[in-house]
Amino acid sequence: MKTVRNVVCPFCGSLCDDIEVDIEDNRVVKVRKGCAISATKFTKYNEERIYKPRIDGREVSLEEAINEAVEILANAKYPALYGWSCTSTEAINIGIEIAELVGGVMDNTASVCHGPTILGEQDAGISTCTLGQVKNRAELIIYWGCNPAHAHPRHMARYSAASRGRFVKGRKERTVIVVDVRKTHTAKTADIFIQIKPNSDFELLTALRWAVKNGELEQEEIAGIPAEKIEELADMLISCRFGALFFGLGLTMSAGKARNIEAAVNLVRELNNYTKFVMVPMRGHFNVTGANEVMAWATGFPFAVDFSRGYPFYNPGDTTFVDVLTRGDCDAALIVASDPVSGFPAEAIRNLAKIPVITLDPHETLTTMISKVVIPTAVVGIEAEGSAYRMDAVPLRLKKLVEPPPGILSDEEVLKMILKKLKERVK
Amino acid sequence: MELLIKNGYVYDPINEINGEKMDIAVKDGKIVESVSSDAKVIDATNMLVMPGGVDIHSHIAGSKVNSGRILRPEDHYKDVKPRTAITRAEVGHTVPSTYTIGYRYARLGYTTVIEAASPPLKTRHTHEELNDIPLIDKSCYLVLDNNWIVLDYLSQGEIDKCAAFIGWIFKALKGYAIKIVNPGGVELWGWGKNVESLDDQVPPFDITPREIIRGLCKINKMLNLPHTIHLHTNNLGKPGNYRTTIETMDTVSDLADGKPNIHITHVQFCGYGGDSWITLRSGAPEIAKYVNNHNHVTIDLGQVVFGDATTMTGDGPFQFILQNLTGNKWKNADVEAEGSAGIVPYKYKRKNFVNAVQWTIGLELALLIKDPWRVFLTTDHPNAGTFMKYPRVITWLMSKVAREKVLNKINKRAKKRSTLPSIDREYTFYEIAIITRAATAKALNLANKGHLGVGADADIAIYNINPMEIDPSKEYKKVRRALKRAAYTIKGGEIIVKDGEIVKSFIGETFWVKPAIPEDLEKDMLREVSEKFKEYYTVSLENYIIGENELASSKPIAVKTNL
Ligand code: SF4
Repeated sequence: MKTVRNVVCPFCGSLCDDIEVDIEDNRVVKVRKGCAISATKFTKYNEERIYKPRIDGREVSLEEAINEAVEILANAKYPALYGWSCTSTEAINIGIEIAELVGGVMDNTASVCHGPTILGEQDAGISTCTLGQVKNRAELIIYWGCNPAHAHPRHMARYSAASRGRFVKGRKERTVIVVDVRKTHTAKTADIFIQIKPNSDFELLTALRWAVKNGELEQEEIAGIPAEKIEELADMLISCRFGALFFGLGLTMSAGKARNIEAAVNLVRELNNYTKFVMVPMRGHFNVTGANEVMAWATGFPFAVDFSRGYPFYNPGDTTFVDVLTRGDCDAALIVASDPVSGFPAEAIRNLAKIPVITLDPHETLTTMISKVVIPTAVVGIEAEGSAYRMDAVPLRLKKLVEPPPGILSDEEVLKMILKKLKERVK
Repeated sequence: MELLIKNGYVYDPINEINGEKMDIAVKDGKIVESVSSDAKVIDATNMLVMPGGVDIHSHIAGSKVNSGRILRPEDHYKDVKPRTAITRAEVGHTVPSTYTIGYRYARLGYTTVIEAASPPLKTRHTHEELNDIPLIDKSCYLVLDNNWIVLDYLSQGEIDKCAAFIGWIFKALKGYAIKIVNPGGVELWGWGKNVESLDDQVPPFDITPREIIRGLCKINKMLNLPHTIHLHTNNLGKPGNYRTTIETMDTVSDLADGKPNIHITHVQFCGYGGDSWITLRSGAPEIAKYVNNHNHVTIDLGQVVFGDATTMTGDGPFQFILQNLTGNKWKNADVEAEGSAGIVPYKYKRKNFVNAVQWTIGLELALLIKDPWRVFLTTDHPNAGTFMKYPRVITWLMSKVAREKVLNKINKRAKKRSTLPSIDREYTFYEIAIITRAATAKALNLANKGHLGVGADADIAIYNINPMEIDPSKEYKKVRRALKRAAYTIKGGEIIVKDGEIVKSFIGETFWVKPAIPEDLEKDMLREVSEKFKEYYTVSLENYIIGENELASSKPIAVKTNL
């Protein structure tokens, strides 16, 4: 048996890098330090595995599957490449070149989670930081529309509310505020819980900014919160030495979307005239941030890139995969490390079912079930190494702990083979 | 492969070749004495031949640059080029994609570029982007002056351990030189504050900016690093800051031993006289006077070019002031225990008084500093303009007429206050070759770059212009056109550009320094550092280290230290 230390956990955007894993006979037998999600995923990654490539449900050799994938992509007029948030940055990078080569759309799952965060940032900017800055300095922490206790179980202990830093030593030295529509597990641990009316985030953020700037509010109540409470809150934000706002889908996906983010950005910007304040999106999938980063450096745009003109073109709402699909515009799809069928709107899924789909995934999913070509791949961070970006864009190196099942290659390797053959076909 | 570049007018200042008509022979990527008759011949008759350009300070890769790309989709839409059989698609204007950066530098005849500021924790990101920049050789400076471990060691007087730590960090993260950005001020920006002078305290470290600069300057010498400390001053972007700049230069003058020991970067941004934006004037004459009298200093310009820019620095508090001044969108990104970064889109306007003064400062510096070996051409890309504007800046330096044309269009008050109209100096091609390649290669101590002597890397730029016939003073537009699109760029002996088009693409090398540190000292230091890491950082020391296999084409440079 051997123990590998400082393993980077590839299961959520927290990318905890202190996991200890015991390995015996090429299997993970024990996980220490990880949260419940991590412990289960590290030990059960072999469940629901796919072991053989398939075309139309029939098992085939890897070569046949790759040839078929190349055929589909080369013949498509407007293919879409989608997913990417659960694979390595290197794999995504190859996906970008494939999309460029075949003149398709390259999009990642940010378009259905933190897309509004990016759009809000593109309009107004953002004051942000790495998580250690929060750990070392933040006296006040707000969780807005996110529930780390469930979605990022070790976030509070390692990076935020209860972390021990150089200047702020732990939970007792911090004030924790939760803003949400319901009393979540995270809210139960907070010093202050603000229960807002659904879809009124924009109003509350704007009122807070007003109160920060002008002290008093005219209205009696905003977003279901008494004005006095908002004013009190504004005073707290101004008087902390360093404040951090973490936000999740409760803010990005409620009414207003990107405008909510803009309102938050403007609040934080205003606060920086009085004290130090930052905000950090709680990104879900472990490398969705990496997908945005590598797409930005290779194409200029972090998601929703259309190559049909030969150069990158970006118009979210139009060039986003879900929109391309809903319009029925794409005539083939390559899905990597993602399961759109389990989350997309019915109209989009109906159209996906009509076109040839190639899926790369270690596991059986609803998407593999409707795919024409399925190529099983290694689990990144367990069976394959690669780079990944934490929610705060800190890059880390995922380790290869065990060998993948015989004949199974990584996303990166399979995509490289597809790219190579495509280059021979599409000149 | 063999090449013979025939009959060109060669400007190779390191070898004191000043426009001589001669042949250059290339074999296996190097300049050689002679080649066989099988060599491919490039006819450079009536053309200008120089070593490939070496850019000492440009923001080309890493988290800050990429934040700029993400922040500014509006920057990219109009500057695009489709994929070709050889090149990837090009996109982006002031913050272009990685591929675009490589191709555009190559088209200008540049073959080596250093990323100006990489925060250590995010240097893995920097390398991932450097891996994707084609054609040019590259490296990155590591921002170390607001690093807590450095500050701890310096304030405790543990200079040996501090040197060992910095030596180790170059090995671990694959960087090239010590970058200093608003020392002390950026640490205080963690609390939304800043320093105002070299002698302000930086709590809780019990240290001042002056002590940080002096400490790092000493360590640079102890480690025998190839470049000097590379410094972005305190008070950057503030009226009256030329005094801080001179004080900063002077604070290490006693540590020098006849050679430069400090490089002050983008001096235009820290060369302001006056005491408010209304009384602003150029501080270039004072700075130039200091530089002319002290040979321990080198500088680069950070020349402003009117038009679009994206300001991006590791100086968080400066960017905060700028967003308040402009009201433009603002990204701030602090890095735990290390520093910060800020980004604000910007447009330099001729008629704007401040922008016009800024424009004059860079040119005055270049024209008033007598020794071209100590003043380098940069626009601090993309802060004062993009590197694509280098040909334009070069013609301003070579032609008084070209300068006057702009002077007549800029803000009148700025023109009136400037000494620029009274300066007659015009750069020669030889001097241009110095400030764009020879002197930068020398300052970086890259022995195989920036010249065309036997044994040098065969990185060569050939421009379609006859330096014997042209009068750059009058025909500056011709010069500009020729410099914009090299007739040939040769990198490592391969022709990569012909007639301004990319004809071949590959990935160049990433070089980094590998200082030898005594084993015991390193062990002691690492024991302490790994303890500190647990408290200061959110990643483990093991995962902080970047493997050599993470670099697409790694070129370590071993360094013997004085430790
Ligand atoms: S919080 Fe996320 S990254 Fe950390 S151990 Fe749990 S699943 Fe893994």
